[in-house]
Amino acid sequence: MPSGWSLIRLGTILVYLFMFAPVAVVVLLSFNSSQFGSFPMEGVSFRWFVELWNNDAIVRAFQTSLVLGALTSVISTTLGVLGSLAMVRYSFPGKNLIATALIAPILVPEVVLAVALLLFLGALGQPKSFVLLLAGHVIFTLPFVVLVVQARLVGVRREYEEAAMSLGAGPVQTFFQVTLPLILPAVLAGGLFAFTISFDDITGTLFWKPGGVETVPTQIFAMLRNSISPEINALGTVMIVMTVALPLLGAAAARRLSRGRGGG
Amino acid sequence: MTEATTHAVTLQKVVKRYGDFTAVHQTDLGIEDGSFLTLLGPSGCGKTTTLRMIAGLTSITEGDILIKGTRVNDLPIHKRNLGIVFQNYALFPHKTVQENVAFGLKYRKVSADEARRRVGEALELVQLPQTADRFPSQLSGGQQQRIALARAIVIQPDVLLLDEPLSALDANLREDMRVELKRIQHSLGITTVFVTHDQSEALAMSDRIVVMSAGHVEQVGSPEEVYNRPSSEFVARFLGASNILEARIVSADRTGAKVETQGLGTFQAAIDQDETRRFAEGQKVKLSIRAEKLALTATGKGAAEVASGDAPDIARFDGRVTTVDYQGQVARYFLEAGGHQLQAINTIDEHPLSEGEAVSVGVRARDVVVLPQ
Ligand SMILES: Nc1ncnc2c1ncn2[C@@H]1O[C@H](COP(=O)(O)OP(=O)(O)OP(=O)(O)O)[C@@H](O)[C@H]1O
Ligand SMILES: [Mg+2]
Repeated sequence: MPSGWSLIRLGTILVYLFMFAPVAVVVLLSFNSSQFGSFPMEGVSFRWFVELWNNDAIVRAFQTSLVLGALTSVISTTLGVLGSLAMVRYSFPGKNLIATALIAPILVPEVVLAVALLLFLGALGQPKSFVLLLAGHVIFTLPFVVLVVQARLVGVRREYEEAAMSLGAGPVQTFFQVTLPLILPAVLAGGLFAFTISFDDITGTLFWKPGGVETVPTQIFAMLRNSISPEINALGTVMIVMTVALPLLGAAAARRLSRGRGGG
Repeated sequence: MTEATTHAVTLQKVVKRYGDFTAVHQTDLGIEDGSFLTLLGPSGCGKTTTLRMIAGLTSITEGDILIKGTRVNDLPIHKRNLGIVFQNYALFPHKTVQENVAFGLKYRKVSADEARRRVGEALELVQLPQTADRFPSQLSGGQQQRIALARAIVIQPDVLLLDEPLSALDANLREDMRVELKRIQHSLGITTVFVTHDQSEALAMSDRIVVMSAGHVEQVGSPEEVYNRPSSEFVARFLGASNILEARIVSADRTGAKVETQGLGTFQAAIDQDETRRFAEGQKVKLSIRAEKLALTATGKGAAEVASGDAPDIARFDGRVTTVDYQGQVARYFLEAGGHQLQAINTIDEHPLSEGEAVSVGVRARDVVVLPQ
C-alpha cells in the first residue's frame, strides 16, 4: 500500500509533468526532422533552426526584441535606481503617493495599461512609434526594478555613504564609489528582470507596436494564425534558452562578484 | 588672537529641533585646538545630534558652528575636512583595507606614491600594517575599528569625531582600545570630539568633559572637576556613586559654608570663592558626597578615640551597615544613618565590616559639595 508520502510525491511529479511537459514537447519537436510538427519524431536535425536563421521576418523580429529589451532594461534600471534612491534616502512631500504610482503598473491589468497609454498618445495626436513601444515597456518593467533595488538599498546602511562624504567624496562620487557597488547585484537582477519581461511581453506590445514592426512574441503569434510550423518550435526553444539561461548567468555572475569582494 | 581662533570648533547658540521636539537646546561650546573633548550623557540626551551637527550630517535649526574660525553652517560635509569614526565602523565592504584607508586621499591632491606612504604610516600607527590586502569581513571587530580610525586620520582632518566607537567591542578590547585611541590622539595632537555614555571612558580619556542631559549642557570641565565638583544633582548622580542630601545653609563665607541636614547634624562644606554669592543664609540646597569619601570606622573601637584623631574639618555621624557588597580590594557598604540610606565605598584592610555593625562615618569639608536646589 503506498504511504502518504509517496502519494504526495506522485502528485508533485504529475503537477510538474503538467507544467513542463508541453515545454519539453516544444523543445523536443524543434529538433524533429519531419515536416510536420508532431510525434513520432523521425530523426534529429537542426533544420528548423537553420530555417529560422534564413527567415528574414523572424531575424528582424529577433533584432527588434533584442534592441527593445536592451533599451528597456537600461532605461528602466537607470530610472529605477534613481527612483529607489529618492524613495529610500530622501523624504519629501507626496512621497507615499509617488511610491504607489511607481508600483501601480504591476497592479493595473496590462490590457488597461496598454489601452490607457494608447489613448494618451491619441490625445496628444501622435502616431504609434517605436518610442511609444519602448515607453510602454519601461513603464511596465519599472516596478520590478524599483522593488528589487529598493529592497537592497534599505539594507545598505547610511553610514557607508556618510563615511564616504566625510572623507571628501561629493554626492555623485559617493554614489558611484560606494552606493552603486553595494547595490550592484540588485541592479543587475533588476536589469535582467526588465530585459526578460520586455523580451516575452505580448499584450502591451500588440497594442503599442507601430505597423510593420514585430517582436518575437508578436511574430510567433502572427505565424500561428497560418499554421503550426515546426519553425515555431525552434523559435520557442531559442526563447526558452534566452529567458531561462540569461537570469541564471546573471545570478552566477552576481555571486562571483560578491565572492571576489570577500563579501562571502 | 581672538577667542574663536584658538578653538578648533565653536558652537554659538546652537539649537536643533525636530518639529516641536527640541533635541538640543541652545548650546555654546568651544573646543580647544588639539584637545580631547567628550560629550557624556545618558541615551537620548542629544550627544549624537550635537556631533552630527558639527560633522554637517544634521542641519542646525539655529545658531552657528565655526571650524577653525570659519562659519561652516552651509558647508557640506565633504568640504569640511573631518575624520569620522562610526559606532559600526562603516568600512566599505567592497574595498580592501588599503582602498578603504586610501579613500579620502583620492579627493585630496595626493600622488599615488604619497598616498601609499601615508596609508602605510596610518596602518603602522594603528598597528595593523599586515592587513592592507584584506577585506573588512576578514578582520575582527577590534581590527575593523582600528582601520576605521586609520581611514579617518590619514586625511589629516581638522577635527576627529567619534560616536561611541568602542561600544561594539567586548569589555577587554574596549579598555585596550581606549588606551590605544588616547595614545594616537595624543601623538597626532588632533582635536577630538568623542561621544559616549560610559563615564569611565569619559573620565579616562578626556581633557574636557561636557555632561549633557535632555538636550542641555549640564557642566563642562576637566574629568576631575566634573567628578569632584559636580555643578548639579544630575552630574553628581550620573558620574560615580553619590549620596545626595537635602540641607539648609546656616552661614556662608569665603572659606566655605556651614550646612544643616535633617538627621545628620551640621557640616562644613567647601565652596569655591565665586560660589559664595550663590548661597544665602537659610537657602535650601542639596549636598553631594561621593560614596568613596565617606570613611567608615567600626564604633567598637570607641567613638571618642576615633573622633580624637580627626582633623578639625572632619564631621562625624553614627550609622549602621545594612548590606555589604564585597568586591575584593574594596567593599561597597549600604548604611542607615539619621533616617537616610547612604552608600560608602571603602578599601578593605584585613576584614570588611559586617552587616549590622555600628559605624562612625567621617566626612571632610572639602568632599561635601553644595548644589543649588
Ligand atoms: N531624525 C530625528 N527625528 C526626530 N527626533 C530625533 C531624530 N534624531 C534624533 N531624535 C531625537 O533627538 C534626541 C537626541 O538624540 P541623539 O541621537 O542625539 O541621542 P544620543 O544622546 O546620541 O543617545 P544615544 O546614547 O542613545 O545614542 C532623542 O530624543 C531622539 O529621539
Ligand atoms: Mg547616539
